[in-house]
Amino acid sequence: MLYQQIAQNKRRTIYVMIGFLLLVTAIGAAIGYVFYDSSILGIIMAVVIGGIYMLIMISQSTSVVMSMNHAHEITSEDQAPELWHIVEDMAMVAQVPMPRVYIIDDPSPNAFATGNDPKHAAVAATSGILERLNREELEGVMGHEMTHVRNYDIRLQTIALALSAVVSVLVNIGFNSFWWGGGRRGRDNEGGGYIQIIMMMLSILVIILGPLAATIAQMALSRNREYLADAGSVELTRNPQGLISALQKISTAQPMKKADASSAAMYIGDPLKKKKSFAHLFDTHPPMEDRIERLRKM
Amino acid sequence: MLTTIIVIVVIVVLIAIYAGIYNGLVSVRTHTQESWSQIDVQLKRRNDLIPNLVETVKGYTKYESGTLEKVVALRNQMTQIPADDHQQMMDVSNQLTSSLKSIFALSENYPDLKASQEYTKLMEELSNTENKIAYSRQLFNSTAASLNIKIQSFPSNIVAKIHHFEQVAYLEVPEEEKAAPKVSFDD
Repeated sequence: MLYQQIAQNKRRTIYVMIGFLLLVTAIGAAIGYVFYDSSILGIIMAVVIGGIYMLIMISQSTSVVMSMNHAHEITSEDQAPELWHIVEDMAMVAQVPMPRVYIIDDPSPNAFATGNDPKHAAVAATSGILERLNREELEGVMGHEMTHVRNYDIRLQTIALALSAVVSVLVNIGFNSFWWGGGRRGRDNEGGGYIQIIMMMLSILVIILGPLAATIAQMALSRNREYLADAGSVELTRNPQGLISALQKISTAQPMKKADASSAAMYIGDPLKKKKSFAHLFDTHPPMEDRIERLRKM
Repeated sequence: MLTTIIVIVVIVVLIAIYAGIYNGLVSVRTHTQESWSQIDVQLKRRNDLIPNLVETVKGYTKYESGTLEKVVALRNQMTQIPADDHQQMMDVSNQLTSSLKSIFALSENYPDLKASQEYTKLMEELSNTENKIAYSRQLFNSTAASLNIKIQSFPSNIVAKIHHFEQVAYLEVPEEEKAAPKVSFDD
């Protein structure tokens, strides 16, 4: 099951990338067609900008994600001995290298993992989780995070984050061209009114597609992975009770003060605690009661 | 001519398969040895920590010398066991784990001891070591399982037999210890 899960995640990463590539191409073509009279030029521009931006984002993803979530790195075990030792234990049984460890100063208990692959992974825990959870509970949580690391969930998440950032950069470029280039061209051209309408339509399309794509990417990261990470955690710790009581503590606590909305899906429990959406269609996390119920049955 | 080529190709392929299986066996065996050394490191670390613990506890508790002596005796016994007798080492280690637990339990009666910074630090170090022993035993058993499967299954069993690869015994986990040993006070 584990190897299937890893293979599936690697495959999904490719699907997500292809989907985004198509989207980026479409946005580029739209911008190119409208402002430079050449869709090809626009596509080349979008792919180059997108490619460079993606490379920067992916190589810097850990630092970017950590600073978006106000996390600071700890580099020696003396700074948080219990957390450090538990991460060491979990990395050992999961047979992955020791990840970098970060702490977020926030009284709400929560944690997440990020990175490109198990060799370049990082885990973050809030100061609240360190205060409120005992050792067994924290082991359950870190086992969950280490399963995300081992299953390459973190890579899928990182790529999706980077790609939705690329889309929003392109959307911004489109906006700027609209204000700067668009107006001028409209006046110079005889069919100005007609082109204006197409421009408007395309711009609206781009603006609608951008955020939608980000949502689609988040949806591709199925909620099912949370259940799998819970199961993986129990496989590592052999102790479902620890994770159950950790999840109970996490679900009943107050929301986090300044969690980054775009990385909300990475946390073990929903950090924003927003109201459940219609039919749970756009939830980032499965309902906590379901997760606990499944753990009880193990 | 053609037959010669076919025979040569078949021989080369067979040698390659044989080498692949042999290398696979060697790498799993090395993993098993590595994961034993993980346990060994932690056992030694605990042996180093125990004298500190005894010294610290002694200063605060006057009437509990029996428990402390037992821990010291077990620790000294640990250092006498030959390095390759894994099961005996784990048996003594398990006894040591449970008598350390009784030290932690009795420290409940000594608020001064519990409050001392030195003791808190030792507690974290020791429970870390205890957890690592439990987890590295889990790791050892899973690597041992993959070695044993290779030694028994076809065709790697043939290569294993020729090169005298031996099955590794699993480390048994005492019933009350299946969950990671819990020595924390914060419940």
